[in-house]
Amino acid sequence: MVNGGMVNLTGYIVLLPLIGFLVNGIFGKKINSEKISGVIGSGVVGISFVLAGLIFYEMTGAPVEARSHVIPLFHWIAAGSFSVDAAYQVDQLSILMTLIITGVGFLIHVYSIGYMHGDSGFWRFFAYLNLFIFMMLNLVLASNFLLMFLGWEGVGLCSFLLIGFWHDRTFDTGGYAAGTATTADAAKKAFVVNRIGDFGFLVAMFMIFTFFGSLNFSEVFLRAPAMFQKGDTAVFWITLLLFLGATGKSAQIPLFVWLPDAMAGPTPVSALIHAATMVTAGVYMVARCSILYALAPATMTIVAVAGLATAVLAATIGLVQNDIKKVLAYSTVSQLGYMFLGLGVGGFAAGIFHVMTHAFFKALLFLGAGSVIHAMHEEQNIQNMGGLKSKLPVTAKTFTIAAFAIAGIPPLSGFFSKDEILWKAFSQGSVVYWVVGWITAGLTAFYMFRLVNLTFEGEERYPSSVHPHESPKLMTIPLIVLAVLSVGGGFLGIPESLGGGNAIEHWLQPVFERAEVYSAPVLEGSRSTEYLLMALSVAVAIAGIYYARTIYLRRPEKAAAIASSYRGIYKLLWNKYFVDEVYDASVVRPTMRISDKLLWKGVDAGLIDGIVNGSARLVSWLSSHLRKIQTGVAQSYALVFVIGILVILGILVLR
Amino acid sequence: MTEIPLHYYLLLSAILFSIGVAGVLLRRNAIIVFMSIELMLNSVNLTLVAFSAFMGNSTGQVLVFFVMAVAAAEAAVGLAIVIALFRNKQTVNIDEMNILKW
Repeated sequence: MVNGGMVNLTGYIVLLPLIGFLVNGIFGKKINSEKISGVIGSGVVGISFVLAGLIFYEMTGAPVEARSHVIPLFHWIAAGSFSVDAAYQVDQLSILMTLIITGVGFLIHVYSIGYMHGDSGFWRFFAYLNLFIFMMLNLVLASNFLLMFLGWEGVGLCSFLLIGFWHDRTFDTGGYAAGTATTADAAKKAFVVNRIGDFGFLVAMFMIFTFFGSLNFSEVFLRAPAMFQKGDTAVFWITLLLFLGATGKSAQIPLFVWLPDAMAGPTPVSALIHAATMVTAGVYMVARCSILYALAPATMTIVAVAGLATAVLAATIGLVQNDIKKVLAYSTVSQLGYMFLGLGVGGFAAGIFHVMTHAFFKALLFLGAGSVIHAMHEEQNIQNMGGLKSKLPVTAKTFTIAAFAIAGIPPLSGFFSKDEILWKAFSQGSVVYWVVGWITAGLTAFYMFRLVNLTFEGEERYPSSVHPHESPKLMTIPLIVLAVLSVGGGFLGIPESLGGGNAIEHWLQPVFERAEVYSAPVLEGSRSTEYLLMALSVAVAIAGIYYARTIYLRRPEKAAAIASSYRGIYKLLWNKYFVDEVYDASVVRPTMRISDKLLWKGVDAGLIDGIVNGSARLVSWLSSHLRKIQTGVAQSYALVFVIGILVILGILVLR
Repeated sequence: MTEIPLHYYLLLSAILFSIGVAGVLLRRNAIIVFMSIELMLNSVNLTLVAFSAFMGNSTGQVLVFFVMAVAAAEAAVGLAIVIALFRNKQTVNIDEMNILKW
């Protein structure tokens, strides 16, 4: 153990959720008490949060250079020159992520006690959630790529388990192929798509080991600038493959298709895993490897462009979706795109800042949506809602706060983080990045307030047999806490131009300083530009909110009119750009066909089984003939003796 | 009186032996097959005795006694088997005795 202090408790932060998982997983069914399972499940995460808070507090008191620790636990793998320790790296970045994960995680656990009330798999749900927290903490606290990969795969597994939690339910896939699929299908899709990304992560890890002979972050990142020139092919491929991993986990183009379907899982899962924490793993990973990315400007451009394209694509799809969770899912994809845009232009701290604020307001939005779905008895179509404001006052208020936050209205948190990214995109990227990001901000405001207005405002469009009611306190208190965070979270990152200290950027600066050497310099003397851009982004957000209000509240008939006058575009968006269909036709079905005709019926059934069964058949064919020699008639055996003797004699005589 | 040359004995012995072999292979009556085996044994005895006489060495004649003793024992056992088979199958036709294979 290194220098004493709270930081030595890091192991317990990670261990507690594992204990919760084991207790609930093994004894949960026997305990058979929602209260005990819920308290254990939430309690362990709560304690982890407190421990993380203590470590954070200790770190704030320490001098900057003493804030980064590596806590070794045990030798994990040692094989020849390959050696990996199970060790946790506690520094400014990982402690921030730990606080987000355990903090938001704790609130969502508490909420789940109310939301999952009466579910037959209550204990199983909490076991999975705890396992998820354990894996996610491994991911962010790992001090080497392999342990990170363990967490990476682990969260993928938990995501799979939780999407398919109600494995017998069906859901609407939406769009053109509006068939229903089972949640197990959605889980499978998420898993398979993530495997493609994981493949990239793995290959990148192999390459890193080949070059550095080590997988430790400290060693790899320290030696990277000496190992590679800026723009080397090797570092380009390493970072690109890592980014492929990130696109899988963080739902970016081209691998974003699993996330909307993942909404088939219980809503707290969508909030925790598919909005606040797991999907930001890719952002975290890129930020963690910032020095490698800084050495590969080509990858940085790809990251920025992919992020931007995802942001705008998902935002446009979100405009027309009618499922409350689908809108939020596309919004998540879009916001993750923003984060990658921030990373791609070198604004690593800005990206992480948005991870944090997004965790607050998106978790709040999802939990609010869960509260609505709960109240409406599993109804998710916003066209069948409306006017819920009076019935669900707490949910409506907190949801609206979150919507304002995500739309980027100052001084809520989303404004600061999104604006930081847009400013980085402008000052360190290009004007095009900013313009597209700016338009997306307007779209975001529009679809969020379309959602708010259709759900909570206007006339009641649900059948009179439904009597919506506000959720219990267990569910509303987390909403209120998250609402406070959504409002206040941004104050950690008030830019200097607005008189703030940009505390979060300063906090993270030691982690990124070596990477930022390679970034484009910030424009000088541009404060007035910064104010102008801020004003423009606030303006576009207000415009988006205003149009959403006009169209969906004052003149509801206008929505249909717009949809019919832009029929082509509407259809394209409604069908989500046919991405699923294109993937289905270009990847899924060919793969299935190759697997079916070639790999299964050809190679497996034909070749492998052919060799195995063929050799058996050959032997049995040969013996079926050979066994005729064995007549059982002693005289024919005697005849063979005689022939044999004659042959031997013949040889002896004629020789 | 001229002595009968050795190869006469050997030729007779070979003919007897071949008759024995043919009998074993071709006849279907177990008793006859049995007798053919005895014929083969005795043709060998004849060879042994002939060689013994011509070489002035008595070892061959001693061996013949052994063969006769064994043949007597074998005759006892063999006939007992034939009787046992006959009791089971009511026949001594060896074509009927093919249960050695599965």
